[in-house]
Amino acid sequence: MTRKSGLTAIDGAIALIAILLVVQMWLLTATLESYLAGHPEPILPAAIISAILFAACGGLFLFIRGIDVTARKR
Amino acid sequence: MKRTPSGSEPLWRDEFAIQTGVERYVARRQFSKFLVLTSLGMFIGNLWILVRSWFAEKPSFMPQQIAAASDIGVGEVKLFSYPTREDPCIMIRTAADSFVAYSQKCTHLSCAVYFAKDHNRLECPCHEGYFSVETGSVLQGPPPRPLPRITLKRDGDNLIATGIEL
Repeated sequence: MTRKSGLTAIDGAIALIAILLVVQMWLLTATLESYLAGHPEPILPAAIISAILFAACGGLFLFIRGIDVTARKR
Repeated sequence: MKRTPSGSEPLWRDEFAIQTGVERYVARRQFSKFLVLTSLGMFIGNLWILVRSWFAEKPSFMPQQIAAASDIGVGEVKLFSYPTREDPCIMIRTAADSFVAYSQKCTHLSCAVYFAKDHNRLECPCHEGYFSVETGSVLQGPPPRPLPRITLKRDGDNLIATGIEL
């Protein structure tokens, strides 16, 4: 992988993380709204989905780090 | 302090790049780290709500006499406060032996709803949110939820509020 293509891959991963983050923000506000309205039903599924989104973000971060380390070794 | 991957360069070189090409990598890595930490914050927020909901106590409501049935005609309303003085409510006599009561705070932005007799619905004047008189459900407008319903019990001529259904 060249340095330029590495940067492109990282930019793509960052864009994906940003999209996941927007979904997570929406999820948090919707859950809070629901909780304050006295409807606790969606809280557990929302927490599970939020954990999955966080894990996906973490995975993408590890991907970015992998590319970063490879690029540095060159 | 030695660099972790190869052990040949000091650790600070990871964060303070000398070459422009490497700096682009550092900036992107740090930005992605910030995004992932924000994601962790969101997850912790969701977790906090979950823990709060597990340990939240169910509210209990004291029965409270709110009106005499004979004081309210069919199609008339009675305003009262329940369960505290800061919780305005509205009761409507929909038929000779049928009473319904709801919180008077609109679920959109807490404006006071009123009974529109001509249209047989509860209306919020602020943003034209309409609610069904029979169920309190949203008929139109921005309110995200139905009006909380006050459960009523009739004891002779007395109407007693016994709780709130969200």
